[in-house]
Amino acid sequence: MAGKVLTVTSGKGGVGKTTVTANLGGALALRGQKVVVIDADIGLRNLDVMMGLENRIVYDLVDVIEGRCRLRQALVRDKRLSEFYLLPAAQTRDKTAVNPEDMVRVCDELRESFDFLLVDSPAGIEQGFRVAVAPADMVLVVTNPEMAAVRDADRIIGLVEASEKGPVQLIINRLKPAMVRRGEMMDTAAVVELLAVELLGIIPDDEAIITATNTGRPVVFSDNTLSSRAFHNIARRLLGEDVPFLPLREAGFFDRIKRFMRTEGEQR
Amino acid sequence: MNVLERLFHRQEPPSSQVAQERLRLVLAHDRANISPGLLDILKDEIIGVISRHVPIDAAGVQVTFTQGARESRLVADIPLQTQRKRRGQ
Repeated sequence: MAGKVLTVTSGKGGVGKTTVTANLGGALALRGQKVVVIDADIGLRNLDVMMGLENRIVYDLVDVIEGRCRLRQALVRDKRLSEFYLLPAAQTRDKTAVNPEDMVRVCDELRESFDFLLVDSPAGIEQGFRVAVAPADMVLVVTNPEMAAVRDADRIIGLVEASEKGPVQLIINRLKPAMVRRGEMMDTAAVVELLAVELLGIIPDDEAIITATNTGRPVVFSDNTLSSRAFHNIARRLLGEDVPFLPLREAGFFDRIKRFMRTEGEQR
Repeated sequence: MNVLERLFHRQEPPSSQVAQERLRLVLAHDRANISPGLLDILKDEIIGVISRHVPIDAAGVQVTFTQGARESRLVADIPLQTQRKRRGQ
């Protein structure tokens, strides 16, 4: 087996890298793939809590690299699926504890037993990012339809392409269809045009993501929310299916009429 | 305000459009690693170099970016002073 390494990165913090990693990993595993998600955010680990596995961690990535345990011992199996694993980050170390060659070596070993390896990159463009991108076969850049996130995504895309890890696939997270309809948020077309990369998926802003994190149960495992469907669609695209983007209803003519009727009585 | 005006004519562009236009410029500068200040310096020096050899209309010189898919291009538009203009001076 020769697993594929997908690195999830963004430049800016807080755009949803870890959420995307956990849910995409879950969606792929639910489709029968053998999946391991790797937390490369050394010192600020969070993938474990997103997946509800924080109490099961014994060893971590740094223990593996520094030879305190075997790779298999550090893998934490998911509660729900038997072919879905987490390789946690160390919480008490910093990003200098892992270098790009270490990461490539760990991933090469894992490729033999998994179909997909998803690496959750730390924010920023320094060593942590370079370590996360080093083993990648494909880089997924997560952004939000918002100034700072798009600008940082562009920086990251430039760096990834310069390191010949491209072409990058873009995931637009936290899109608010109602704001797009009102012209208060950039739409998908605007972001894709600015960044000039291929779009892999659009995830609508969804309160279910927060409640899913509260309980450590990624949305892909539960009800049919819009965000869950969006993640499953991305997983299907990664598996080679041709899946159309979810209709999120962006600014139609009738919306404008409705808005006009609604605001007609208001003072300007 | 009249219905048609409300529907088809906005007084201000929506903020999403403002964001897109601002980003277009910011990304062009980021990608080329050229700040607006540096662009001004380049413009002044280009004017200096060219006008040593050819009379140009310094006030009309424009140094700008054009943006392709993933490439930026520096474009200098340098109007030459015409014979007629020079005679009039």
